[in-house]
Amino acid sequence: MLAAILVVAAVLLAFVGIGLRAEPGSGLGPADWAALRFTVVQALLSAFFSVILAVPLARALARRDMPGKRLLVTLLGAPFILPVIVAVLGLLAIFGRNGLVNQLFGVLGLPEVSIYGLHGVVLAHVFFNLPLATRLLLQGWQSIPGEHFRLVAQLDLPPAMVFQTLERPMLRQILPGAAALIFVICLTSFAVALTLGGGPRATTIELAIYQAFRFDFDLSRAAFLSILQLILAGAAAVLALRIIPDIPMGAGMDRRVKRFDARGGLQRAIDALCILLGGVFLLGPLLAVTLSGLAGLGQMPATVWQAAFTSLWVAALSVAVMLALALPLAGWIAIRDKGGAEAVGLIGLSASPLMLGVGWFILINPIADPVALSLPVTAVVNALMALPFALRIMVPGVRSALTGYGRLCVTLGLSSFQTWRWLILPRARAQIGFAAGLTGALSVGDLGVIALFSDPDRTTLPLQMYRLMSAYRTEAAAGAALLLLFMALAVFWICDRGGRWNADV
Amino acid sequence: MLTFKHVQIGQGDFRLAAHLTVRKGRRVAVIGPSGAGKSTLLGAVGGFVPLISGALSIDGQDVTDARPGARPVSMLFQDNNLFPHLTIAQNAGLGLRPALRLNDDETARLSHALERVGLAGLQNRRPGELSGGQQSRAALARILVQNRPVVLLDEPFAALGPALRREMLDLVRALATETGATLMMVTHAPEDVQRIADDVIFVEGGQAQAPEPAAALMDNPPPALRAYLG
Repeated sequence: MLAAILVVAAVLLAFVGIGLRAEPGSGLGPADWAALRFTVVQALLSAFFSVILAVPLARALARRDMPGKRLLVTLLGAPFILPVIVAVLGLLAIFGRNGLVNQLFGVLGLPEVSIYGLHGVVLAHVFFNLPLATRLLLQGWQSIPGEHFRLVAQLDLPPAMVFQTLERPMLRQILPGAAALIFVICLTSFAVALTLGGGPRATTIELAIYQAFRFDFDLSRAAFLSILQLILAGAAAVLALRIIPDIPMGAGMDRRVKRFDARGGLQRAIDALCILLGGVFLLGPLLAVTLSGLAGLGQMPATVWQAAFTSLWVAALSVAVMLALALPLAGWIAIRDKGGAEAVGLIGLSASPLMLGVGWFILINPIADPVALSLPVTAVVNALMALPFALRIMVPGVRSALTGYGRLCVTLGLSSFQTWRWLILPRARAQIGFAAGLTGALSVGDLGVIALFSDPDRTTLPLQMYRLMSAYRTEAAAGAALLLLFMALAVFWICDRGGRWNADV
Repeated sequence: MLTFKHVQIGQGDFRLAAHLTVRKGRRVAVIGPSGAGKSTLLGAVGGFVPLISGALSIDGQDVTDARPGARPVSMLFQDNNLFPHLTIAQNAGLGLRPALRLNDDETARLSHALERVGLAGLQNRRPGELSGGQQSRAALARILVQNRPVVLLDEPFAALGPALRREMLDLVRALATETGATLMMVTHAPEDVQRIADDVIFVEGGQAQAPEPAAALMDNPPPALRAYLG
């Protein structure tokens, strides 16, 4: 209960701060309209392409049983913990000015393509959300009973008919929700827009908040834009909430459905091509970062190590805050019917990091130096952003512990503290560790609110890396990217393993 | 002594009436057709099913509205009687002290109880490492250290084979005799009744009948019980 109040209070305080300073003034200026339009257009395009491209990939993965498939499906979960700025650097290595694609185009005598602008932003969003869409669709394919595939095999239906009778109805159910989820996620995009967008024609509202705050230090305009962002994301989240599906967090693919159809050579070739292209698109940038990062490791300035250390303790603080909020909330939601989790999810989807940052800055500014508090604020905002995901992961574990053994605890007369100690923590620790790992990795890699109020002495690794990129110190940035990637994976791995270590439940 | 005074128990649409007394130290079998409300009756004593009306008292103390943990009752369910992630000693020890910080006296009582049910030397195993019979013994060790005046068994041995079940019933009988606890046990099998029960409560048609001596009742059952026994 207390945790729920704290979460709501943290968000409401930010609203209060924004409300104090926002002056509608002359309403929406042309630049604001452009930001609003760009935000919506890029989110629509990102959602559309992510979902459309996910269909053949998920279809191929669903009907092929091949070595390494499990690994590939697990890798589809990686973007959750992949720092945005690392992925951007990877995409630049492939699609950037000196990237592989442009080198190839140069050899072929084709004109150079630029990754900056709308298509670059959409490309990066597709990179992050194609895996999510694929996992959601795979879940849909797995929800088709194996008996149905047996039946179409018995009837010897051609692939087109299988698609019509089984797959199209399923897609019609899942696609709108998946697209809505990605649309809402992309509405609050900041780091991608910061690195690949910019300029009057490619600025999201979130980026506009940052620019108003950072370059003009126009607090009332930043607050006004925050309200615009809140209305847009909040309205979209409310509309989308009914159709947004559950996000699959585990490795998936527990259930094997035997497929008898799609054995022809053409179908086989199409599937192989889809999986190959998908794999190259998703793994290529990561491979590029790793290779150039290895070369750049030696060229990193000492500030990188300092920032890395800062990032680690921000992540640790963030995990602690998340656990302090999520554990009681999960216990509270688990004994209730649905509803509570949805409300928290709604807050998480509509409250954007920069909006929270601006709101808190306005409130803190008269009392204390916000820059001095930038790291704790970053940790708390990261925890709030991770909270909806953490709850989705933890609540089922807590709920199943309580349904199985709650009666036993009651008859033993265990207090609520003892029930946590002897029942819930031991039984849900795999889920708790997983949620802590996700939060830690998200926090390590987050480039959001820290960019708002930071000074050269207080930077996290993602911000330091962004500064190196802006200064065209590409090798050093690549080294920092590799370090950041390693840290995010290590934080996730340690927490996740810690939850499952020595557990035989 | 366990007294149901004009009790109406309700769970959803289901209603069960009980107006009866179980004498102290008796071993009572609760029998009746499936869905008649045997588990509901035990659940009401344990505090898991609320009473609609009437009063329930144990040894003269009114427990009608008491929390399950505050009642002088220990209970074994059909399953999930042991935490799978805790050792046998921890599982049984929770019956002594929920914080599990046992003093010397309690530690001695715990090891005595484990010895008594035949689990000496297995205290550091987890339930998954034991056989079904041993798991039942561990649960009984906890009942033993809890040392409550009323013990409720809601078919905890249903999943065991016949020989093992008989073994457990003999153990339950011996433990109940040693502690002087009043025992209420749900069962389907007439041979269980003969093996362990002094009295029988027959539950049928929304009514729990007053306990009657087992031997006489089973030898000469009234028509409804005869129909159930077949």
